[in-house]
Amino acid sequence: MTKVDDTGPSYPDLSGFDLPADKLAQIKAMQEAEKRSLMARKAELEECECREGMFPNPIASRRSLFAGAAAAVAAGALPVIARADAPPGAIEFDVPDDSTKVQGRLTNDDGGYGSRSQFEDEVRWRFPTATKESSWTMTPLAAGMGIITPSGLHFERHHGGIPTINPANHTLTVHGMCKTPKKYTMADLKRFPSESRVHFIECSGNGLTEFLKPNLKTVQGTHGLTSTSEWTGVPLSTILAEVGVEPGAAWILAEGADAAVMTRSVPIDKAWSDAMLVYGQNGEAIRPEQGYPLRLLLPGFEGNTHIKWLRRLEISDKPFMTREETSKYTDVVKDGKARQFTFMMEAKSVVTFPSGEMKLPGPGFYEITGIAWSGRGRIKDVEVTTDGGKTWHYASMQGPILPIAHTRFRFPWMWDGNPALIASRCIDETGYMQPTIAQINEVRGVNGSAKYGSIYHLNGIMAWAVAADGTVTNAAHQV
Amino acid sequence: MTKKPFTRVSMHTALSVSVLLASGAFAATANAEKFGFGTTPTAEEIAAINIDVMPDGRGYPSGSGTVAQGKEIYTQQCASCHGDDMQSVKGTGADALIGGRGSIGTEKTKKTVESYWPYASTLFDYIKRAMPFTAPGSLTNDEIYAVSAYILHKGNIIDADATMNAETMSKVEMPNKDGFIPDPRPDVFNYR
Ligand code: HEC
Repeated sequence: MTKVDDTGPSYPDLSGFDLPADKLAQIKAMQEAEKRSLMARKAELEECECREGMFPNPIASRRSLFAGAAAAVAAGALPVIARADAPPGAIEFDVPDDSTKVQGRLTNDDGGYGSRSQFEDEVRWRFPTATKESSWTMTPLAAGMGIITPSGLHFERHHGGIPTINPANHTLTVHGMCKTPKKYTMADLKRFPSESRVHFIECSGNGLTEFLKPNLKTVQGTHGLTSTSEWTGVPLSTILAEVGVEPGAAWILAEGADAAVMTRSVPIDKAWSDAMLVYGQNGEAIRPEQGYPLRLLLPGFEGNTHIKWLRRLEISDKPFMTREETSKYTDVVKDGKARQFTFMMEAKSVVTFPSGEMKLPGPGFYEITGIAWSGRGRIKDVEVTTDGGKTWHYASMQGPILPIAHTRFRFPWMWDGNPALIASRCIDETGYMQPTIAQINEVRGVNGSAKYGSIYHLNGIMAWAVAADGTVTNAAHQV
Repeated sequence: MTKKPFTRVSMHTALSVSVLLASGAFAATANAEKFGFGTTPTAEEIAAINIDVMPDGRGYPSGSGTVAQGKEIYTQQCASCHGDDMQSVKGTGADALIGGRGSIGTEKTKKTVESYWPYASTLFDYIKRAMPFTAPGSLTNDEIYAVSAYILHKGNIIDADATMNAETMSKVEMPNKDGFIPDPRPDVFNYR
């Protein structure tokens, strides 16, 4: 086995930034997590012929080698290959030399629920927080296609682990300032008229490592706390009409049935407009790590407010000032004051191809692609630059363009082999244009820098540098 | 199937209901204005999960606890992660609970219960729902009052001989109570 360079990728030195210790530790831990995942991948790349490729797929070559070797050893007998060898979500099968000369696998032998190919290994990776219960994972956006995030790759953030809840015993209680408090079983909730809508959910901590300087290497690290699913459930307005909200009601406390008994206060206007109680995700029951059996969906609001494992809604006249809306998820700005409540996830976009740690094999045609989204509605335009922002060009957007959902954009590009600086920016239907990171730090930061204050709600422009040899690196702040 | 009449109605419920009413689909329903699904929870059922506490004092349960009692509980059930000095034990993921007063927005910014939290109610509320991390929801109300008292005392917010209960705790003023402002976004004006 080839020896892997165990120093791994190098990261910027943050010592000159005089950061508070906890923030420094957080960014360093994040670098460490990405480094580990990149090194694991590099170890595999060392063993294959694919490292010059722009979409290195070490698994594909490793597995065919492995199968070949196993077949040679077994000489006739079918090699028994441990299923554990397959990437998560896949099952390891023998690979025949010629798939046209042997029958394939038996129909429905998967028990009736399919798995992905054993050659696909994209996974979420976890931020190395001290506890695994209060932690988060990031969506591998670089491998994403279209606008839907596969349910198994939807990013996660939990404060008390993922509870296992039997839906037969789960109830939602709605009480407080209403005429008729109600307790609903899942069966009750499913009798109400339902709706399905495609929406993104983004954690307001998405990009927290990139406020000061380019930091993480991949788009999974810099932007992986956003995902889009089709959600199915009951409009919350239906339930509010059922219980009869009393005059003066202004806020609703939403509470989860996890070990954190997670709570957030929701403005009642939001509850009446487009909030939903969802039990479906991408055509099946919502995944446990996304809130099974019931989640509150607040389209466009920061991810933490979309309370998972929802067990209680209390209608009140005031916000409840829970820990997650005071101690956390608040941004300290210029004068030492903290903003509250910063719900809206503003317009944002990112190029996912080409992006960090990829390598373009040489000059020629490439389709630049990425995603754009806004908590305020539809994306109106996406623009792409390949010259570091000197000129911007309209990208084409894949329809249908849905409100408060990832929107796929594409831009055809002939690379001449010279260094290029690629970025995207979007404009949403309110006319708001995605700002630069510098503009955000200017209005929010202390002395023009975010280092003492804001770590949430970064929606600035992201850039990627393409070197003459095709290597792609994080160039945040350069556009 | 009861679901049938609803399936053709797609959008906003208020509208849907009136359409259904007009078409007579609900004629047989006793309470024609409502779907009427679900049951009425008993007062006890609501009380069992209605654990939140609000800044104005609503929601505090009966019971009480002293700083001295809190010290004991803290030492036994919290210090292993948050540290004897409340500065957090490395590698536990537990936050520092005191210190940093006046530091918010400076280069020494340190967010703790003492320096950052605007309301004491959040402390009671959060400990009740989520702490101790390895046994959430295991403390009695008396114990939560006591351990809250101890943390507030170590943060120089209340005296050593203080007793916390519904009445006294709702009167505690936190050092950073005026530290929060409304969100003014959109804060960058790039409009087109
Ligand atoms: C096993 C370790 C552990 C123990 C024991 C523990 N905690 Fe914690 N505590 C944590 C962790 C981890 C967090 C952060 C949770 C998160 O990430 O959401 C935390 C957060 C907190 C916070 C919120 C701090 C902030 O700034 O937001 C308070 C208050 C708190 N704990 C109080 C207590 C009290 C009181 C006890 C004892 C009754 C206790 N903890 C016991 C691990 C622990």
